[in-house]
Amino acid sequence: MTLNQAKEILEAKVITGLDNLETEVKIGCASDLMSDVLIFNKPESLLLTGLTNPQVVRTAEMADIKAICFVRGKTLDEKTIELAKDKNIILLMTHLPMFESCGRLYKKGLVGLGYLDINKKNG
Amino acid sequence: MAEDKKFTKIQELTYELKIKDVMTKKVVTVHPKKPISELREILYKKGISGTPVVSKGELVGLISIEDFIKCLAQGEMNALIEEKMAKKVETLYADEPVVHAVRKFDQYGFGRFPVIKRNNKKLVGIITKGDIIKGLLKKLEIDYHEEEIHRYRASHIFEDIIADNTTLTFQYNVVGKDFDKAGESASGLKRTLYRLGIQPNIVRRASIATYEAEMNIVVFTDGGKLTASVQPHQIKIDASDSGPGIPDVKQAMRPGFSTAPEWIRELGFGAGMGLLNIKNCTDKMTLDSKVGKGTHLEAVLYLN
Ligand SMILES: Nc1ncnc2c1ncn2[C@@H]1O[C@H](COP(=O)(O)OP(=O)(O)OP(=O)(O)O)[C@@H](O)[C@H]1O
Ligand SMILES: [Mg+2]
Repeated sequence: MTLNQAKEILEAKVITGLDNLETEVKIGCASDLMSDVLIFNKPESLLLTGLTNPQVVRTAEMADIKAICFVRGKTLDEKTIELAKDKNIILLMTHLPMFESCGRLYKKGLVGLGYLDINKKNG
Repeated sequence: MAEDKKFTKIQELTYELKIKDVMTKKVVTVHPKKPISELREILYKKGISGTPVVSKGELVGLISIEDFIKCLAQGEMNALIEEKMAKKVETLYADEPVVHAVRKFDQYGFGRFPVIKRNNKKLVGIITKGDIIKGLLKKLEIDYHEEEIHRYRASHIFEDIIADNTTLTFQYNVVGKDFDKAGESASGLKRTLYRLGIQPNIVRRASIATYEAEMNIVVFTDGGKLTASVQPHQIKIDASDSGPGIPDVKQAMRPGFSTAPEWIRELGFGAGMGLLNIKNCTDKMTLDSKVGKGTHLEAVLYLN
């Protein structure tokens, strides 16, 4: 799924990365716990989260996550946007709540990771 | 988020780049006291449709191919350029951002603007829409290539060193309780490892482990040090602090165990997964801690 498609499905606005909406994402991940996101650790993924602080972008940077969509239409910290620009991470924003967002994306073919064994080695 | 804040990379560059960065500096000019007939050579042979009129380095007017054609039709080839040129000329300053030029092209529909110095009227260049496009494309390419060059240089460093044992050490100071700065060390290390040419999935695992260790130092201590030692066959990450220490290391390693305060949980941390994640991302991990003394974490990733 391209980010352009995800944007349409989620009725989302683009905050940064307007030039990169043809980027492909293969897997979705939704969480408000950053350590969970870091355990998930799959590149080329789209992260959905309700959190808006700059560490969300840091987390994405570390995990090679290409794009973040903020759910429930939060106001964003200017620092979060600056960091995302600097690290070339695409930011979207939707007014839909988390469950609705995940459901719509899944229905259109963006899958999750399946069962995740937290005791398994990463890599 | 206001609509006008949604910038694309190109739009950003039109603010970043100055007119002097994209303009053509070698400008064909004419002198005001020369006859119109001399324009034939310049306009026709050089294939340009207008040229600045300059006297003693200063811009005094602009003469175009239309002016030339009019004179030709009316048999005024011996008139002086200064009699026929446009004297009120729209100009741009060399130190203005490119976006000003974009707006001016929109506003006037002209093909070119002379560029002058702000303090005197000295002509320093000329700018067309083509110059802007060329300048933007070049800058985009440079930004991309710069990272590639860094990467190329650094990735050959081990080959250039002659020694029985080589270790590159990168050290980062982590400030405690500073949530805004948290992650800068891991970010710096990530970029460095990438430039060294290390495999992307190993870089990612090392970065995640470092970030988790950094977050723990930020959240639970007053500060500490992160050290990465890179050798041809492995990366070793050291995280040490002289903070409160961990009373029961085994318990701390258990998924879900966390003593993180409420405000940290609100920010998305404190799930009690960090240490486990470090273990899962690396090939070897040890954690030593003494209450009242501090904590020392060591993790190794092998480079095949
Ligand atoms: N450097 C440290 N100094 C003191 N205590 C620590 C340190 N690192 C970890 N701990 C203790 O170990 C616990 C578990 O750490 P871990 O990183 O696994 O989870 P967390 O930091 O609480 O949450 P998460 O990492 O998921 O955001 C922490 O809650 C804390 O009590
Ligand atoms: Mg932690």
